[in-house]
Order: sequence, then structure tokens, then C-alpha cells
Amino acid sequence: MNGVYMKSIREEFGKVLSSLGAKYSDLVVLDADCGSHTKSKVFSQKYPERFFNIGISEQDLVGIAAGLAVCGKIPIVSCYSMFLMRAWEQIRNTIGRANINVKFVVTHAGASPHADGSSHQCFEDLSIMRVIPNMTVIVPADSKSMTLLLEEAICLNGPVYMRLGRDDVYDVYDGDVHIKIGKANTVVDGSDVSIIASGVLVYEALTASQMLRRDGISASVIDLHTIKPIDVNAIVNEARRTGALVTAEEHSVIGGLGSSVAEVVVSSYPVPMEIVGVRDRFGESSLSYRELLLKLGLTASSIYNAARRVLLRRR
Amino acid sequence: MFQPKAIIEESLLNNLKSIASRIRENVVKMISEAGSGHLGASLSIVDILVVLYFLKIKHDPRNPLWSERDRVILSKGHAAPALYAVLAECGYFPTSLLNSLRRIDGFLQGHPEAYIPGIDMVSGSLGQGLSIANGMALSFRLSGKSCRVYVIMGDGELNEGQVWEAALTASHLMLDNITVIVDRNGFQQEGSTEDVKKLEPLGEKWRAFGWHVVEIDGHDLNQIVAALNEAELTKGCPTVIIAHTIKGFQPR
Repeated sequence: MNGVYMKSIREEFGKVLSSLGAKYSDLVVLDADCGSHTKSKVFSQKYPERFFNIGISEQDLVGIAAGLAVCGKIPIVSCYSMFLMRAWEQIRNTIGRANINVKFVVTHAGASPHADGSSHQCFEDLSIMRVIPNMTVIVPADSKSMTLLLEEAICLNGPVYMRLGRDDVYDVYDGDVHIKIGKANTVVDGSDVSIIASGVLVYEALTASQMLRRDGISASVIDLHTIKPIDVNAIVNEARRTGALVTAEEHSVIGGLGSSVAEVVVSSYPVPMEIVGVRDRFGESSLSYRELLLKLGLTASSIYNAARRVLLRRR
Repeated sequence: MFQPKAIIEESLLNNLKSIASRIRENVVKMISEAGSGHLGASLSIVDILVVLYFLKIKHDPRNPLWSERDRVILSKGHAAPALYAVLAECGYFPTSLLNSLRRIDGFLQGHPEAYIPGIDMVSGSLGQGLSIANGMALSFRLSGKSCRVYVIMGDGELNEGQVWEAALTASHLMLDNITVIVDRNGFQQEGSTEDVKKLEPLGEKWRAFGWHVVEIDGHDLNQIVAALNEAELTKGCPTVIIAHTIKGFQPR
């Protein structure tokens, strides 16, 4: 755990994309007229012939990606998470049904477009993307894991949905990191309670584990960056070891990481569980990202409280 | 309306007509055996499909994934029986499989699926084919390939907003390797296209979107091939062929 440095994950995404462009000559980047915000435009400076701003037309964008992919290209579709969702049916009916090799790397997910308000704050995407057969769904915790997961996603043959935020995020990983799609990472070992988190909530979970330690509670922190296919073994292992689970995500409590973990827990190893997430509501404007995360209950203190609650429920 | 001279040689023309007649027969059989399916919308595109597959496009039924082939997207996926019958006639799969349409464990699904040899793209949800064609056409441009992409759309399908997003993209990117054929049979599910959501003047709409427009009788094989040839010779913009057809067409 590094925890000191913050990086803009979308800036890193733009840089990484450009460097991957040299290695993968079939990589093409598709933009919905927001490349200077998603940072995919950085790619266009190096590879203008492989960058297409399709305009503000996400449904067309998804179809174009499908056409490019079936003819051998590897399209990276870059836009805001919220506005890709208007093309859900295109993703389901073309990309999903035909298992087409398109990588959706969306930014401005969750509460991160804090000032823009509820129209831009997407807390529903994981739910509706993971329900599509063939789709891999990834939520990286920081820039380093995003870099590794992005290259893995490019090498994987099939559709991938990767979700990034708009704002600077704390580094969770440093040094040599091994990260694999579909394999949860134990960031902190603990024996009393397991916190399973994704995205920016992994860092919050680390803070919560420190708060719990002051109470004499040993909490493990698991970075479940791949929501689908879900790492069943890692979840069952935590349920068996600690018998108390907390999930934390920057997404609705309906259908996201918490639901995914619960589906595994109830069918494999039932233990008490608390789900930290957005409680079936829309977001709202705020002057800072932090302020909105606090209001929505998406910070370390919410995770800490959930851990205390789940421990009371443990038999 | 576009009136070309007879350009298909007499014996070939008769041959194509007898293929089309066999396809119609198979389509009627398939749909009646399945007990459901879009008969009218399938029959209106038979002549167009026959000209494409037996005269115009570059393809190899023994090698369905040949990378240099032209691509055909049946954007009006509900006309799948017609396409299936044509693909079987070409030899992509045995005609004995035609009666598997819409059956459990059947080879032929109600709408086109990617695993079926000769199907270049899944469809079934309207309005998506042209966007996919845009991507294919871009990929051919990037790779320096001379392949063309043909999209068959319904006229009712033009209600979908995505069609017009895609039409803007194709003309903006000057994708002259795309030909759209609109099956202008005049009817959608609940009535005439003009009663449900007025399309006319349709040619003017496409022209305003930057397309080259050709209007033909979609059951006249000579007109179909002449329009497809004209589309291929048109450079700098994509071409749409508005093919006036009759829903459920059966020649006398």
C-alpha cells in the first residue's frame, strides 16, 4: 500500500493507451466527442489514423466498434460511463450476442463527475453490464492496476467493460504487483472481518482497516477488481476464514459488487454480510468529489461502521 | 425512377429468376413449418438477395470467413428466412437444415446469429446494421482492402434514430465502400410507413445527409444490378438504393 500519492486515473489511461498503441498495431480508439475529457485524445496525437471521434452518438459508436472488431481491429471505446449506457441494447444485442472483441473503457464513473450532478453520475452500469453474457467487467482501484488490467483486457479475446473515475485516485499498489483479470487481490491480510471492495473504495477500505485495527479488529482488504467473471474461490475463502463480510463500491447497492458477492455467498457459504454502496438514489452536485462521497456514504467511516455491524451479526 | 437497359444476359436472367423462385418456395415452406416468422418482409427482399449473392458480391461459400469477401448485413433481421434460404442455395449449409428454423436446438434461429456460416453479423434489433457497416468499412480503409459492405434495411427500420446517426457518420467519413439497400415495401408492423411515421420525401432525406441516392424497382433484376454497379462506381460518398418492393411479393 502506498496511500500517499494521488494520480488522475484518466490521465494515466491516456498515456498507457498511447504506449500500448505501439505494441498493438490493430488497436484503434473510438471517441464520442469527449476525448479531451476521457484523455483518449492523447492517443490521437501519436496515432491520428487510428483514432476516430465519431461524434455525440454512442449507439453508432458501439456498432462501429463491432464492425471494426469483426474485421480484425481491437477497438477501445472511450466515453463517459453514463452515456455509454444509452447504447446498452446495442452492446447486449451485437457485442454480447456475437461475443465481439470490443473494449469499453469508460471514465467519469460513479460520483466522480461530482459538480455535474445526477445526470452524469452513473451508479447503475456494473449491474446492467455484468448481466450481459460474455461480458467481462473490471473496476481498477488505482492507476497501476488499471495499467496492468488494461493490457490484459486487450489480450483477452472478448468484450470487456472497464470503469474508471474522473478524479485523482490514491495509489493502492506500488512496487511489483501481480494482477490478473478474474483473480481477487488480497491487499491486507486480516482474520476478524473481510472487506471486499472495488475501485476507489479499495483505498477507503484500507483506511477503514486501520480504523478497525485501533479497535483491536483485524480486517482483511480484498481488491475485487473483476466483478465478472467473479473470483468465487477468493470470496468463499474469506467467508470461511472470517465469517463476516463487508463489500464496498461506488455503485448502487442493487446489482453491483455487493450483489455479485452476495450471489456467491448465499449459494456457496452463507455468512452475515453488509453492503456499502449507493442506497437506491441518484447523485447530486457538489463542489468536491470527497464531499459527495461522504454524503453518499462511500468513505472509510461507512465501511468501518458496516464492519462493526456485521461483527455483531456474526454467530 | 432509374431505367437501365437490360444488362443481364437472357439465360443468366432466367437462371436468376428460377433461383429466386426456388428461394421463395423455401421461405414459404420454412415459415409455415415453423408456424411463425415474417413472410411478407422476407419475400420482398428475395430478388435483391439473389442479385447480391449470385451475381454481385465477392464471396466463397466453401470459405465463409475468407477475409477478402464483401460483407452483407441484414439489418432487418426479421427477414432472416430469405437470407437463410439464399445461403443454403449458395452452399453455406445444406438445404435440409432450413426446416430447423425457430425449433429448439435448431440450427437456424429466428433472427441471424453469428455462428451460422455466411452470416457476417448478428441482427434482430432494428437500426443497428449501418453503424456496424461503418466500422467494417473503416477497417477495410485502414487495412487497404477493396471489400464492400452491403446493408439491407427495412423502411420501417428508418424510424430508428441510430440509422440517422450512422448515416451522418458514413457520409462524414466518405465511406463509399458502403451500399445501403432500403427495402421500401411501404409497410411496418402496425400499418403503412406513411401512417405510422412519415418517411417521404425519403430520397431527399438521404441526399440531405450526404448520400448518393438511386431509386429502383426492387423486383427488377436488371435495375438491381445496375444500381449496385452505380453504387460501386460512386466515389466520395456512400450510396443508398431505395428499392421499391411489394411486401409478400410473388411474381406471376
